[in-house]
Amino acid sequence: MRVRLAPVATLFLAVLLIGAARGAPAPARTVSEAEVHEIAGGLRCVVCQNLSVADSPSEMARQMRAIVRERLEAGESAAEVVQYFVDRYGEWILLSPRRSGFTLLVWLAPLVAVALGLAIVGVLVWKWTRRPATTGAARRVDPAMRERIRRETEAEP
Amino acid sequence: MSRRAWRWLIPLSALPVLALLAYGFRVNPREIPSPLVGRPAPGFALTTFDGAPLTLEAQRGKVVVVNFWASWCYPACYEEAPVLERSWRAYRDRGVVVVGVDIQDKAEAAQKFIRDFGLSFPNAPDPTGKVSVDFGTYGVPETFFIDRRGRIRAKHVGALTDEVLRTRVEPLLGEPAG
Repeated sequence: MRVRLAPVATLFLAVLLIGAARGAPAPARTVSEAEVHEIAGGLRCVVCQNLSVADSPSEMARQMRAIVRERLEAGESAAEVVQYFVDRYGEWILLSPRRSGFTLLVWLAPLVAVALGLAIVGVLVWKWTRRPATTGAARRVDPAMRERIRRETEAEP
Repeated sequence: MSRRAWRWLIPLSALPVLALLAYGFRVNPREIPSPLVGRPAPGFALTTFDGAPLTLEAQRGKVVVVNFWASWCYPACYEEAPVLERSWRAYRDRGVVVVGVDIQDKAEAAQKFIRDFGLSFPNAPDPTGKVSVDFGTYGVPETFFIDRRGRIRAKHVGALTDEVLRTRVEPLLGEPAG
């Protein structure tokens, strides 16, 4: 059986991380929490399904956010940081598939389906409205019925 | 189009969707091929629990088995620890290095794990998780097989067996280092 990474390392790791951060060189630029959140929000948390790295409370996601921050501080662009993760985990790590290559299909298929559906509905509506009306106004009222209607409406006070 | 054709076409249009679902539900979302297989292994510089420096660079020319583990990873890591130790002893003279990287763990628990299994190959903690992300790991245990030229040749997810280790390592031993 395979065990998932769980958020187990606590104080010890935190202490180690603080120690590591203290020893790190001064950042090339300051990175806001919002910037880190923006990138982490597009990355899939690898140890928990259907959560982004921004939303997951797991230790692994926390470490990944730290890596995002560190790479941004070192002067990398958002795209470069994302590419760093894609190179290691594949495009699987991206919560929204790229709009190019094979995964472009994921974006285009719904549009094609909607267009197709609208076309079918359009054709059907066009056909129905053009069909000669065989019921309603076209039906002849026979003289006997006409006479009966006249009689009954006149009978009203 | 005739009325008859429509009667068939509408239910038929559901088939591709059903086929997609049938495929999707059979695929394990956790089994993702690593893009790193075939590429140069990411270098790392760690410090073992014994305080010795441990770099991948220093192992160049040898077949390297990098194993990611944690003391809380029960039972898989507990199952494979004796396998790793056995293999390390059997292969070390033939140019194989087993390297353990302990991730998301507590030092005391990890050291107890090493003591309990009598692990004699180098083991180092990865406190920032950088090495595990560099290798694109999802969980523990995961094992990477690196050839003499420093390329990742295979990735194994889950507990190792003697059989898996042998079939992965033996072919790499026969390759030239240059």
